[in-house]
Amino acid sequence: MLTHLEMTSEVSSDPAEIRGARRVILPGVGSARSAMAHLNETGAADALRARFSAGDPIVGICLGMQLAVAHSDEDDGVTCLGLLDGHVERLAVDRVPRLGWALVEPWNEAFYFAHSYHVVDAPSVATSEGIAVAIAAGSFFGVQFHPEKSARAGEELLRRCL
Amino acid sequence: MPLKRLIPCLDVRDGRVVKGTSFVQLRDVGDPVELARHYSDGGADELVFLDISATPEGHDTMTDVVRRVADVVEIPFTVGGGIRRVADATRIIESGADRVSINSAALAEPSLIGDIAARYGAQAVVVAIDDLDGQVYSHGGRTATTRRTVEWAIEAAERGAGEILLTSIRQDGQRSGFDLDITRAVRDAVRIPVIASGGAGSARDVADALKITDAALVASIVHENPTGLSGLRDDITACGISLRPWRTI
Repeated sequence: MLTHLEMTSEVSSDPAEIRGARRVILPGVGSARSAMAHLNETGAADALRARFSAGDPIVGICLGMQLAVAHSDEDDGVTCLGLLDGHVERLAVDRVPRLGWALVEPWNEAFYFAHSYHVVDAPSVATSEGIAVAIAAGSFFGVQFHPEKSARAGEELLRRCL
Repeated sequence: MPLKRLIPCLDVRDGRVVKGTSFVQLRDVGDPVELARHYSDGGADELVFLDISATPEGHDTMTDVVRRVADVVEIPFTVGGGIRRVADATRIIESGADRVSINSAALAEPSLIGDIAARYGAQAVVVAIDDLDGQVYSHGGRTATTRRTVEWAIEAAERGAGEILLTSIRQDGQRSGFDLDITRAVRDAVRIPVIASGGAGSARDVADALKITDAALVASIVHENPTGLSGLRDDITACGISLRPWRTI
């Protein structure tokens, strides 16, 4: 996807690289506990906090968005990065995981979701079926859906926020 | 509830699509990467690749196909076939697939479901069930098992599956409609999403299935009609089903 946008990227958990990069994407696959353990062990967590304090941009995707708030209920409770207010709860919808394309308001655009948890009491800027699916504060912008799997709509969103 | 999903399924053997297609506008109708791009551009919500290779070399070729599909396709895709252990799932997911689908291996070793889910999340694990008259069949529908379809779906969900892909062996390839009874029974028994498969012959058939399930798998109905997918989407929408609003490029 980033190649399509004519951007180059590097996968890294090195604190100096994270601190120095022009832009940082915090992606999300796996569980909150293993992701936070990795970020803490590598020093990436502190580098992300330093970036945020300095006002350098961070984009969180899916779990990467959830990690930005204070706390997650996943895996019996995990302390997250705490860049933004809010916490993460298990979805209370008909079928979990919540899988598939869903409309996001006020953007009036469908994006692809695959999640079992969601953020609450966070600075929400967009919702889908009543769920906060994009949050932003300071230099952090995070989305619950997967722009990299959301065809044209996702590509346009990434182009705007990167 | 998210929008209903229409999912074309491609059977791939030794890196080539095997079910007949008549896409005259494609340079290579057997190239899974080109077909995937075609369906993605045509409004598919997701894709499923079923690797029916019989050899380890064939599965290695599939890994390369997954890598190339991930480079060009910007919608989610699932890969099934030949996934017998966590390492196989790792190979497929780290090559760029979003989800893996497991069938016979899960029947032989049900703990595989939870093992993959623990590593990659429930959303990454699809359990495929081939049904004939309420009974589960393994090995591409050739071998009867002692398991009942509804009970196996419940167990798969409890073990961490993120979705059930339910195929009716009797209806598969018949193009006379889905088996709505077993589809409804499985849908009612679990709290994870269900994909209906086997029997799509018309937009009405797909719409009938989508009134019950979250997604429908389609094969010949789209493979055999070069302009079919976007027209099919319109016809399904006209039957009162909410699909993703999709714009032409």
